[in-house]
Amino acid sequence: MRTFIRNGRIIDPANGRDEVGDLLIVDGRIGEKSAINDQQSEIEEIDAAGLIVSPGLIDMHVHFREPGFGWKETIESGARAAAAGGFTTVVCMPNTSPVADSPSTIAWIKDRAAEVAAVHVLPTGAISKNLGGEELAPIGSLAQAGVVAITDDGRCIQNNELMRRAVEYARMVGVPVLDHCQDYDLVGHGVVHEGYWSTLLGLPGWPAAGEEAIVARNILLAELCDHRIHCQHISAAGSVRLLREARARGVKISGEVCPHHIALTDEAIQNFDTDCKMNPPLRTQRDIDALLEGIADGTLEILASDHAPHAKFEKEVEFDAAPFGIVGLETELGLFLDLLVHRHRRIALPRLIEMLTVNPAKLLGLKCGTLSLGAVADVTLIDPDLEWTVDAGAFQSASRNTPFHGWKLRGRAIRTIVAGKTVWQL
Amino acid sequence: MNSGTVHWTRKDLLGLRELSVEEINLVLETADAFKQVGTREVKKVPALQGKTLINLFIEPSTRTRTSFELAAKRLSADIVNISAAASSLTKGETLKDTARVLEANHADIIVLRHSSAGAPQFLASRIASSVINAGDGAHEHPTQGLLDLYTIREKKGTVAGLHVAIIGDILFSRVARSNIFALLKMGARVTLVGPSTLVPREFEQLGVAVSHNLEEVLPTVDVVNLLRIQHERQRKEYFPGLGEYIRLFGLTKARARLLRPDCLIMHPGPINRGVELDSELADGAQSVILDQVTNGLAVRMAVLYLCGGIATR
Amino acid sequence: MSKTRPTNESDAVRIFDAETMQRALRRIAHEIIERNRDLSALVLVGIPARGVELARRIATDIEAIEKVNVATGVIDVSMHRDDIGTRAALPVVKVSQLPLPLDRRTVVIVDDVLFTGRTCRAAMDAISSFGRPACIQLAALVDRGHRELPIRPDFVGKNLPTARAERVRVRLENIDHEPDGVWLLKPEKNE
Repeated sequence: MRTFIRNGRIIDPANGRDEVGDLLIVDGRIGEKSAINDQQSEIEEIDAAGLIVSPGLIDMHVHFREPGFGWKETIESGARAAAAGGFTTVVCMPNTSPVADSPSTIAWIKDRAAEVAAVHVLPTGAISKNLGGEELAPIGSLAQAGVVAITDDGRCIQNNELMRRAVEYARMVGVPVLDHCQDYDLVGHGVVHEGYWSTLLGLPGWPAAGEEAIVARNILLAELCDHRIHCQHISAAGSVRLLREARARGVKISGEVCPHHIALTDEAIQNFDTDCKMNPPLRTQRDIDALLEGIADGTLEILASDHAPHAKFEKEVEFDAAPFGIVGLETELGLFLDLLVHRHRRIALPRLIEMLTVNPAKLLGLKCGTLSLGAVADVTLIDPDLEWTVDAGAFQSASRNTPFHGWKLRGRAIRTIVAGKTVWQL
Repeated sequence: MNSGTVHWTRKDLLGLRELSVEEINLVLETADAFKQVGTREVKKVPALQGKTLINLFIEPSTRTRTSFELAAKRLSADIVNISAAASSLTKGETLKDTARVLEANHADIIVLRHSSAGAPQFLASRIASSVINAGDGAHEHPTQGLLDLYTIREKKGTVAGLHVAIIGDILFSRVARSNIFALLKMGARVTLVGPSTLVPREFEQLGVAVSHNLEEVLPTVDVVNLLRIQHERQRKEYFPGLGEYIRLFGLTKARARLLRPDCLIMHPGPINRGVELDSELADGAQSVILDQVTNGLAVRMAVLYLCGGIATR
Repeated sequence: MSKTRPTNESDAVRIFDAETMQRALRRIAHEIIERNRDLSALVLVGIPARGVELARRIATDIEAIEKVNVATGVIDVSMHRDDIGTRAALPVVKVSQLPLPLDRRTVVIVDDVLFTGRTCRAAMDAISSFGRPACIQLAALVDRGHRELPIRPDFVGKNLPTARAERVRVRLENIDHEPDGVWLLKPEKNE
């Protein structure tokens, strides 16, 4: 079985490649061009003129709600949403029920994914038992069971000593530590950015310092333990400044950015729309500018969605009572292309693709994220200029909690190929 | 000329931030007429006869609930009180479902008190009944803001040009926010006074002054509005203790001598005598605290008349 | 009740001009004097807005004739109406002004146009909430018929047979900033 993708602009940052050309897929792997002459097997031709041929995109921060919360999202529906967004590999957070803090749960997720998922679904394990922040989960066993990282995402270990031991232990077993940065004492019951709008609306504020304090803590621990800590969904200008300084000194610290944190400010909450309630919260234009600067200068090297599905009935409650988070997989690439490449012109296309492929692959030690000869043929075809309108009603995800319904965006994935097989097509 | 009918198109009263000066004036003028009803032999008019009002108080309150209840009764509406303890919300029913059940019972007006900011907006956008915000979290308490405005206007003749100090726990106060929005719209100058932890600088962005020196502010104001220090709910990190609060921010007799003789002393109640306000001052000549209560009834009648008249059409 | 609407003047039939209106009001003044021996017990209570102005004019006439000061007042009827929620717009409520107590008073309600009688009923209810007058009478500049309640005026400027869909337009200089006058208007086609 062969697939021949003709005349596309092939961007493969892992190999420094950016040229118009052809790509051949043979039996699910990137093949030699010479194999085109092989008369033995069938060949499918795809005309990719005007399109970007990218390594399959990786989103290293999604919540598929299985096991436990299948009404929000299943591994199957989540994987479909990923495929529709152009993602061939996703990394799932452990805040399921039961929490992914034991090898058996990891095995269940992997089995389930192998059975039903259209894309590669990779599990993470919890840092602490039951995400309780008190005792270490069996990190070594989790690593053996195949987690690609450990994280308490959604929660944050407050005890600095416990976090230090987790990082040291993770270094031994060779998995990076991902952290949701939130100081519980500073944040309290905060639900929105502490600033003008929280003051005006009387909503409990979530100060930027609540994130920055933990980013600083993580920098110190990454330095102390000489091991990778990756700060998830960075939202505050101060965090970018801290990361920039630490990375310049060679500390193994990194940060990721989600689309909503550069697409919206906290002004969006003024009508108490719970689809604008996320953690960390939407912040100010000053923070957006700092994130864009951090993306442009390489301080922030990874883009992710923090895809957090919740059912309508769960979001349709008082603002304080609503769960945090929005779905993101199906708007992520469109928003990043539109905002970073087209509108703000902060980075060029190859850099965007790097942040969505080889960078997360490197951080997690994955083999994917490249179009190297012999690599598994995960490929995303992108039309960078296609204008489209977000229609939440047409999402593949089981949930619809997005503030971006009705947004007009420029650029999106139009075909997603996993191991040589087209799993989604516009 | 169209003096016969009102320019009021709102079925809901959610906050004062969205009201225009004209709308605020209309409520105050309507309240003038309803205030007179309290002086009649028969203190009841049939304006909302046949309408059903539900006091849905998810957070406890005696004053505001009583005031709305009396207002509704004087307008001849039928009224049902639902308190937090009695409501199905404690059994896990969502606010949306509770409201829909009330609507299915033909409630024309729902008066909502809720601990979450934005809960009245949430309700109003989902049901056809009129929703009146009786206080939502630290967001707004529009009828309190209106009755404070009404009282100032009644005693001073006008609100424009006055300097009003709001003193105390501003951060957690819906009364403060509704007062700020309304007073600024009506042309008053507002200074917030209290400890820096309860009066953060962010408030300056709303167009008010912030001070942490009560003595400096008192001689310059026409009205002081003292907010209740909710020490029973206060997280202790916000100020070191009641003793220190009184020393720095309590309106004591000594400090009251700094006030102009015609300065009004207001308090939304219930008062902590001897904490934010000296007990004798609360009952003194400058105090208009009981006028606020009386005016609250008139203002709430006006609001129910206006919103109820729109919603039930 | 009259209402301000752009009207085609050629369709309007004039019922009163300034002079005939003044004459009608003076006649009402005479009739009120005749009916009511004790003018000191009298209070002329107008229904806003035009009834208030008419009550003032009648009081002036009585004063000119009898050299007695007659009390006047204002009665708000809007909060006593029985049609809240069915009318197109909500009526503005006004503060009532009555000489209290009403116990030994004779109250004459003054309105511009008497139609269904519902406004008058609301006025009687409103007056009753202030006290118990010895007697209530009713004066109207125009009685256009179509009563829906058992109410009849004691003093009328003019009985005007009308079709239900027709409208009566009243203009008073002090209120409307137009010359005094009353017109009968044909129904508008597009209503």
